[in-house]
Amino acid sequence: MQILNRLFNRHRRYDDLSVSIQEHLDERVEELMEEGMLRKEAEQTARREFGNIALIQERSREEWQWPALESIIDDLKFAFRRLRKSPGFAATVLLTLAIGIGANTAGFSVLNSVLLRPLPYPEPQQLISLHLNAPGAPGLAEFRSELRLSASMYLTFAAHNRTFQSVGVWGPGTASITGIAQPEQVDTALISEGVLETLNVPAFTGQWLTAADQDAHGLGRVMLSYGYWQRRFGGDPGVVGRTISVNSQSRVIAGVMPRGFKIVNYDFDLLVPMALDPVKEQLAGFAYRGIARLRPGVAVPEANADVASLLNVWMDSWSNGPGGDPHWYLRWKITPALLPLKETVVGSIQTVLWVVMGTLGVVMLIACTNVANLLLVRADARQQELAVRSALGAGRWRIARELLLESVTMGLLGGAAGVAVAYAGLRLLTGIGPGELPRLNEISLDGRSVAFTLILSVLSGLFLGAIPILRYVPSRQRLTLLGTMRTASVSRERRRGRNLLVVAQVSMALVLLVSAVLMIRTFLAMRNVDPGFSDPASLQVMRISIPGTLVRDPQTVTRMQNSILDKLAAIPGVSSAGFAASVPMSGAEPAWNQIYIEGKNYAGDNAPMRLYNYVSPGYFHTAGTRIVAGREFTWAEIYNLRPIGIVSESFARELWGSPRAAIGKHFREWESMPWHEVVGVVQDVRENGVDQVSHATVYWPSMMNDIFGPGTFDARRTVYFALHTPRAGTQSLLSDMQRAVWSVNSDLPVDAVSTMQDIYSDSMARTSFTLVMLAIAGSMALALGIIGIYGVISYTVSQRTREIGIRLALGAQKSELKWMFVRAALLLTAAGIAIGVGTAAVMMQLMKSLLFGISPLDPFTYTTVPVILAISAALASYLPARRAAAVDPVEALRAE
Amino acid sequence: MAKNPEHRDLFPGALEIMILQSLRLRPMHGYALVKHIKQVSDNLLQVEEGSLYPALQRMLREGWLESEIGVSAKGGPTRVYRLTDTGVRHLEQEVVSFDRMFTGITRVLAVAKA
Repeated sequence: MQILNRLFNRHRRYDDLSVSIQEHLDERVEELMEEGMLRKEAEQTARREFGNIALIQERSREEWQWPALESIIDDLKFAFRRLRKSPGFAATVLLTLAIGIGANTAGFSVLNSVLLRPLPYPEPQQLISLHLNAPGAPGLAEFRSELRLSASMYLTFAAHNRTFQSVGVWGPGTASITGIAQPEQVDTALISEGVLETLNVPAFTGQWLTAADQDAHGLGRVMLSYGYWQRRFGGDPGVVGRTISVNSQSRVIAGVMPRGFKIVNYDFDLLVPMALDPVKEQLAGFAYRGIARLRPGVAVPEANADVASLLNVWMDSWSNGPGGDPHWYLRWKITPALLPLKETVVGSIQTVLWVVMGTLGVVMLIACTNVANLLLVRADARQQELAVRSALGAGRWRIARELLLESVTMGLLGGAAGVAVAYAGLRLLTGIGPGELPRLNEISLDGRSVAFTLILSVLSGLFLGAIPILRYVPSRQRLTLLGTMRTASVSRERRRGRNLLVVAQVSMALVLLVSAVLMIRTFLAMRNVDPGFSDPASLQVMRISIPGTLVRDPQTVTRMQNSILDKLAAIPGVSSAGFAASVPMSGAEPAWNQIYIEGKNYAGDNAPMRLYNYVSPGYFHTAGTRIVAGREFTWAEIYNLRPIGIVSESFARELWGSPRAAIGKHFREWESMPWHEVVGVVQDVRENGVDQVSHATVYWPSMMNDIFGPGTFDARRTVYFALHTPRAGTQSLLSDMQRAVWSVNSDLPVDAVSTMQDIYSDSMARTSFTLVMLAIAGSMALALGIIGIYGVISYTVSQRTREIGIRLALGAQKSELKWMFVRAALLLTAAGIAIGVGTAAVMMQLMKSLLFGISPLDPFTYTTVPVILAISAALASYLPARRAAAVDPVEALRAE
Repeated sequence: MAKNPEHRDLFPGALEIMILQSLRLRPMHGYALVKHIKQVSDNLLQVEEGSLYPALQRMLREGWLESEIGVSAKGGPTRVYRLTDTGVRHLEQEVVSFDRMFTGITRVLAVAKA
């Protein structure tokens, strides 16, 4: 209370005080006058006797204050007043800082949420992904970064491991849900026992799937994701225990997982038990992703050793059918390389994020450099004021504190605005939702981001303040020099600071521009690659699954697919249609296996792995994939199970030298399979994206003999239909497509509908995201750099007006004068370019994995960017230089 | 700061006790205080304005003084400082403690002379 009273009464006290002092003086003056002094003399004497009135008042007032704080507040008020007085300057600085800090806060939030924050599972440091390498499997590494687990591996690991608390395997899939609304295709996660136990997140409502649900002979229950529960069941808590039709089978809902729960990085709708049957499992079938929770205190190397020994147990305990050599897989040299689960989740996006963050950091540095330059100019203008204050006894620290307070205030204000910028940016980012960015739903501004912003704001404030302080807070010895500075040209020492800033700016701008141009060149290079299909904007794609539980007989499946195709082809505007097990770049799991060529011997019976696809007649024609030699399949051949195949051009060239030579040659997958004849060769398709090499691929008929002996055959049940039509992507076409499908079977959901153009763009999302970020950063850097050069040169011109006047008076040529300033700018730019080129050459090595088709030392880039910078610098300095040449010597010399 | 090197500055506690004692006689304004102390001490003590005003503010803050409208030497209205009851009590305590201190100092000095 007392403190408040004091605060409120203070101003009355201050008034009283000044009145008292005034009365004191008045009385003394009168007394002195009575003694015979003149009023003027008396007043002077009284004041002299009294001492420094302002100081005494201040000291007296301080009795009512907490002096340290109050003088800081005074300084703050002063800083604000100064900012208000020059709104243009304040706006420039605050905007620059807000954008710089905001961008960095946003970048950091993404980095923090995606890379730094632990995974949203209990004790996430115990979680690992069961990554296996198979260096002895030829060709595998070309299209897969790892060997996935087979079910038998999982069963072995689960039964015999010594280092895991729990272990499980899972795989993504789809299932059709019927009986609720329209038939719907949902994303499922097939999980073995141990997956939920490993991730250890309790059900939101209901319960986990249990061992009983994994019974191969029963029909286990399923679990819903929170999102699917909300979307399809309106969050009805009574859903537990209800029955839904999954792939035409009735299954009971066991529970709902909580919001945001994912299986590793997979956002599913439905959890379906894998229900493995140990009796039927073989060694092969490398299809599943494994996760495990380490026992407390177990480190990754120990677990690796455990898995390595378990792999031997695996080969001892399983086979690939009677007569097979269970130790055949020794050839593959399967080795465990377990990874922390986070690395699997985060994946390759790491490089992009660090590049983006580094870029943002450089932009921030450039922005700060510009602001520092502005502050230097401002401090220059205050030079006299600071010197006078210093002469009147203000301490160096006192002045420094004021300058620092001013700049830190700006930093904090910029930071506050920056948080708003960051918030908007993050909203935008999560709104766009680049598919390649994992953990997107976890991105948020948390305490750590705010702390980051705060630190960044204060640091930039201190940095900005430190420059004018180092330069301008005068030492006592320098005071005497100040008088002469007013008219002289700027001293070398004072110019050096600004020059250094410009050199730094140019070099940073160069690095950013080089990276942006490299990304643009990458993008163009990717655009120039023939992806193996044409006219993607007119190519409509959709996926249809016919589960075995709906239609058992493969022949019927093929007939259904055939009639769907006929109906689709009959839709007005559709010029052709076809289907394949996977369309390029759709992210579908690739199928692969060994391929043996007739008449060729393989060392150790170990033939290279090839990518597989399964196609219908007319698929290549529809997709615009060029047929290099031979022809496509016909329906008659498919129904008759003719042993034929189509191969990719690279495959044909590798084995038979030319596409034409491949026609009529034979290959097969396993020993008891009939030799298949090559009837066609198609151009290479960039299956995994344009920046990934095309792999040698074998295209099988969509229905063919399978491994389970003569007379058994199978059809692809999940296929992508492709339609070539100018109506691609329209809603009306979609309705026509649905009607066509449902006229064949009304229980079939139409799924994964998109145009090939969208799939194509998505596959370049990472590149275009990086490109856009770097292009924005690069152009900002260029703009800031130009402003920096312009500012420095025009400031130099204004400072050297007198010198220019003298030069002109002595007969200097105007063109020479102009050249003098342009040359100064070009020298700085050249220095910046030299440093920047060196830095870029090193930095770009880090970006190598993001580049495609060009070298990180691309000569074109490294010549154009410096030329652009040099031209910009010349222009930016020419304008002020022209002003220098226009100086009137008479005016300039009359200045003093 | 001292205008006259012959005069020593009073240490803060001493200045306060001088002011309190002077104001106990009658409320005074600043200039009157300076003159009063100078006169009463026969010019031995001179109060610096630079110390007086901060001291007055400090004592106002502590509640020993109050400021009010009074009459100046010329009869005009002016701001005068008046001792409060708290001020009187504080003064009495201080006088006692000063007495003891002076006695102590005198004794020590006497021993040193002897």
